[in-house]
Amino acid sequence: MSTTTDPQWTPDAIDLIRDVPATGTYTITDEVQITDREHQLVLNMGPQHPSTHGVLRVILRLDGEVILDCDPVIGYLHRGVEKLGESHRYAQVVPWTDRTDYVAAPMNNLGCVMAFEKLAGLESPERAQYWRVIFSELSRIASHLVWLGTHALDIGALSMSLYCFRERELILDIFEAYCGARLTTNIMEIGGFSRPIPEFLPQQIRDFTKIFPQRQQEYAELLTANPIWIARTKDIGVISPQAAVDYCLTGACLRGSGVNYDIRKAMPYLVYDRLDFEVPLGTHGDVYDRYLVRMEEMRQAVRIIEQCLDAVENMDTPLMAYESAYVIPPHKGTMTTAEDMQRHFIWVIKGFSPPVGEAYVAVEHPKGENGYYVVSDGTSIPYRFRIRSPDFVNLGVLPYVAQGAMLADMVALIGTIDIVLGSVDR
Amino acid sequence: MNDQPIWLTFLVAFIIMNVLLIGMAYMTYFERKVLAAMQDRMGPTRTGPAGLLQPIADGIKLLSKEDLIPRAADKWVFFFAPLVVFVSAIVTAAVIPFGQTAHLFGRDVNLYATDLNVGALFVMAVSGIGVYGIILGAWASANRFSLLGGLRAAAQVVSYELILGLSLAGIFLLAGSLSLREIVLEQQQNLSIGPLEIKNWYIFSQPLAFVIFLIAAVAETNRAPFDLPEAETELISGFHTEYSAFRFSFYFLGEYIAMIVISLFASTLFLGGPSGPGSESHWWLGIIYLFFKTIIFLFFYVWLRATLPRFRYDQLMGIAWKVLFPLVLLNLVVTAAIRLASDGKLF
Repeated sequence: MSTTTDPQWTPDAIDLIRDVPATGTYTITDEVQITDREHQLVLNMGPQHPSTHGVLRVILRLDGEVILDCDPVIGYLHRGVEKLGESHRYAQVVPWTDRTDYVAAPMNNLGCVMAFEKLAGLESPERAQYWRVIFSELSRIASHLVWLGTHALDIGALSMSLYCFRERELILDIFEAYCGARLTTNIMEIGGFSRPIPEFLPQQIRDFTKIFPQRQQEYAELLTANPIWIARTKDIGVISPQAAVDYCLTGACLRGSGVNYDIRKAMPYLVYDRLDFEVPLGTHGDVYDRYLVRMEEMRQAVRIIEQCLDAVENMDTPLMAYESAYVIPPHKGTMTTAEDMQRHFIWVIKGFSPPVGEAYVAVEHPKGENGYYVVSDGTSIPYRFRIRSPDFVNLGVLPYVAQGAMLADMVALIGTIDIVLGSVDR
Repeated sequence: MNDQPIWLTFLVAFIIMNVLLIGMAYMTYFERKVLAAMQDRMGPTRTGPAGLLQPIADGIKLLSKEDLIPRAADKWVFFFAPLVVFVSAIVTAAVIPFGQTAHLFGRDVNLYATDLNVGALFVMAVSGIGVYGIILGAWASANRFSLLGGLRAAAQVVSYELILGLSLAGIFLLAGSLSLREIVLEQQQNLSIGPLEIKNWYIFSQPLAFVIFLIAAVAETNRAPFDLPEAETELISGFHTEYSAFRFSFYFLGEYIAMIVISLFASTLFLGGPSGPGSESHWWLGIIYLFFKTIIFLFFYVWLRATLPRFRYDQLMGIAWKVLFPLVLLNLVVTAAIRLASDGKLF
């Protein structure tokens, strides 16, 4: 590189502005008039920025406060979870998925264990399926609460983040009561649940489902009809249904545009086909519609949890598919009988080897379609382990929606896509 | 009003300044406690009883932090800009009357630093200078986020300065004076609406101006939901991103003192300042009344911050020019017409 480069342009910035003429004007879209280069400002937002939800970096080209162009840069939180999945035994891979989207850890586990179960031709017992739905819907609420709190905080509603984290605490308490961990729970296991459900847990969850709708109503009263909130979110970041499909969006980003695709309805897994719930759809595809969709999803999640709790109330069937060789043997006899101890020990250190084949399982994650693709070569370690993380794909729409928006809308747009960088970078 | 030796005026000014500085420190405590109560938390509790020493601990912390100046910064401007904000905020307190005169130690002491005949205009003018501190500091930081913050501050403060000034024009018409002391005296008279006899506080005769003044004052002091120059979630604190340690604390002091002064100003203009039952005979009662009236406005500031999302830059300017500006002109024209009609000069 010669020394003639203007020192204030970073290499990325030069890349971004390469096709802008030095003088004169031309148009990208009808609304955005591009002025000549000397009136533009290249702004590097992130990776250390309070509103990029972690370590997302966005390079913006601005004309005044209007965004002409935006270039998201990812990879600052890349830990190679997929590669780690290809060097650990099946049961050891599951905890790694906690660390991808860490605000909805049980949902990540769910997709992963269901892919492994499909590979091994195994099905978890009915009671375990209900409990899987309960935990995954709880984590959907937890994830949406984090989204709501940070999204509102980005737009300036300071208190909302504290209210949302207060309710999320109740959900984390439930996770803690079951498995001892709060964030990276590793709650789903291959074959079901190896630990019994504590007797007080259904009541604790019921208490939560009683408190939560009232609290959510309070949030809605603070935001839904608030003129400033409406001014900041309505008609901002509009995604047409066609564009949403073209960009492969899933989750609330897709349904906010009015496209009816929810894996729980389209390809029901677990016991979702027996449960009564609705899939909210937006009409206009703007930030406000996605906000309404996610708020309604939380209400529906409460409904689902209540139905599941009613179903498991008097169920006394096993929680784990112990008859299968692919499932960790019962812990019960390991301290008293040598055979049980040996069987348990061998399973833990050797793992299990599913038949040669491949499996793809997608679950409706709070952020969209979370898919796990696993290839087995017959050994106890996956040959290929690949995660389709919803927010990585959804993030691709950011340059499309940011064009022509104001700088202050940028934080609303990042918030509405609902990214967790652990999941984007994996 | 009495003539008093210059040293006594200096003493009064010194006391006012120190009260303001301590008031500013405890304003941060008040804000944190109120915000905490609204957000279901405790607020500061560890430093002293109920966290009462927290402002002092914060001050010590700010003093002992490393003072960083970016290499690309314009050093002299970077050094002066926070002082402009701080000085312009504190100087405005000079014309605020805390009462008329007090009889202390055998002397008559004026309870204000000075009685300018254009006092209200002085407050507006000097607080308008504060925006230079923001723009210059933003420019001198050589940071693009700061630059954007500075530009926002310039546009915002210039627009809202105008609205703030025009919202008070009605009061000046009614009071017939720009001196804050005389405006207070004017409000001590009685106003009779039918059988009801109330004090002639301008909040009753100028309610629209009061509401517009409140909105413009929030924008003028760069507080939520109009805190666009700072906008910590988009511009990472905007104009003071690059400021640290005691230079930062001057911005901080400036912002909070501006809040206190504009609240004092609002109580003086609309709520009768230190007037209240018994305040004519007991000067200290007036100071207590003024204190509580100011607290109402400060609470309002904190309440807004806890509740409302932030406006966008263009929406803010839209409100200023499309909503508030026509309203404030309407208020001025109607007030002028009423004033002329009451003198019998309208037709």
